[in-house]
Amino acid sequence: MKFSTFARHIREGVFNIIRNGWMSFASISSIGISLFILGVFLLMALNVNMLADQIESQVQIRVFLKIGTEQAKIDQLKTEIGNIPEVSKVEFVPKSEGIELLRESIGEDGAELLDGFNESNNPLPDSFTVEVFEPQKIAFAAKKIEALNKSDQSVPITDINYGKGTVETIFKVTDAIRNIGIVIVLGLAVTAIFLISTTIKITILARRREIGIMKLVGATNNFIRWPFFIEGALIGIIGSVLTVILLFVGYYQLIEVSQYQLGLMMFKLVTIKEASLIVSVPLIVLGTLIGVWGSILSVRRYLKV
Amino acid sequence: MIELQDIWKTYADGTHALRGVSVVIDRNEFVYLVGPSGAGKSTFMKLIYREEVPTKGQISVNGFNIGKLKPRKIPYVRRNIGVIFQDYRLLPKLTAYENIAFAMEVIEAPRRIIKKRTMEVLELVGLRNKHNSLPAQLSGGEQQRVAIARAIVNNPAVIVADEPTGNLDPETSWGIMNLLEEINFRGTTIVMATHNREIVNTLRKRVIAIENGLIARDEARGEYGYEI
Repeated sequence: MKFSTFARHIREGVFNIIRNGWMSFASISSIGISLFILGVFLLMALNVNMLADQIESQVQIRVFLKIGTEQAKIDQLKTEIGNIPEVSKVEFVPKSEGIELLRESIGEDGAELLDGFNESNNPLPDSFTVEVFEPQKIAFAAKKIEALNKSDQSVPITDINYGKGTVETIFKVTDAIRNIGIVIVLGLAVTAIFLISTTIKITILARRREIGIMKLVGATNNFIRWPFFIEGALIGIIGSVLTVILLFVGYYQLIEVSQYQLGLMMFKLVTIKEASLIVSVPLIVLGTLIGVWGSILSVRRYLKV
Repeated sequence: MIELQDIWKTYADGTHALRGVSVVIDRNEFVYLVGPSGAGKSTFMKLIYREEVPTKGQISVNGFNIGKLKPRKIPYVRRNIGVIFQDYRLLPKLTAYENIAFAMEVIEAPRRIIKKRTMEVLELVGLRNKHNSLPAQLSGGEQQRVAIARAIVNNPAVIVADEPTGNLDPETSWGIMNLLEEINFRGTTIVMATHNREIVNTLRKRVIAIENGLIARDEARGEYGYEI
């Protein structure tokens, strides 16, 4: 293809968008709206995923020891727990530290309740905080830790706490949210394609005369295809870029408004920087593909004139 | 130039549009195609510009065996055939100039030449001062002139005109006929289907009459021959 011809195709593609003003507007809007909804869900999915990760990473096992357990025993247990393959980290929390943690979690109002306790009369047991590689295997790891008691006659472990029940529920909920997110995103993608193919069907009717005339004056199929191809790509790019801009302007507002409240709940939203590539690249690529695919589809049917 | 040998055309619904037509049209001829509606005139013309393929028989136009043409080659054959319709078939969103230039862009002519040649044919059809008008801003006669300009801009060997005056008043029709005669005079073969008795009987040319898919008459300097 000559360069001047290619330049002509680009020019034609751009002019076509302007000439078919309302039709282009409809196509851009339908791509834009579909991608916007998709983008909203993508952002939601990202945040839910991060929330789930946060919750999951907070899951840990507390292992409480019998009061008066000797240091040697404690060291031995720490090694034994650390040797369990599922365990990623074991941390010894002496009772003095335990009371500080308790003080923090009660808050200022209740802290004076603990004022009477000091190093000598601390009622808390020593404990371990155990973290696991895969949060889903926490119950399994807890069982293994419990089993350590059986091989030890002093029975040093008095209690194991990992939020039994609660943890399982959290995993069920986060898994469900992820799966629902995937289903919704897929559903929306299908809806977007349907919406756009409908728009294109209308465009086809508007274009069949035009294509017929092009063929009549001796245009080759490629010559006819190119401007439509460029037009479709441009519509897709315009629609998706506008959507991405709108989406992030909106998301920025949301972060600004909700920062304070969410901060209180120890939860933060995915930042724009973190989300920008993950959201904008798929949306723009998808938008362009849909635009190109739509124009190819609409032209192909009428090339056999 | 155009040669049809025992051409049959049967459409999918079983209609026999042409039933064994053989004709030779020489270079630089001007031929009227007459006959009742549905007799096969349009099919005859569509076969020439390869909108339809014959069911049986051989057609050659300008040395190309049209019936056996590979689809890929069709555009190149069409560039040598100008087609004019009763309903003009202009692109409504392009100006007169752009409609004509379009036919040259298709053959990838250099822009400088496109500009020169397009203005030339606009001059020939008398619409130089209206080159910037959209089809909707032009009268029927003017639109047909643009269509003719588009048909001749690439210097085709043949022009196929399907009732070019069908939508025009008598005076405008004569203007179009003068233009076609001028184009024919400059060396282009013209095949024109028409129902216009006055034109055929006044501007005497070869007349081929088609009835029921067969050639009923073929006379040099013939007459229209049908009562309306």
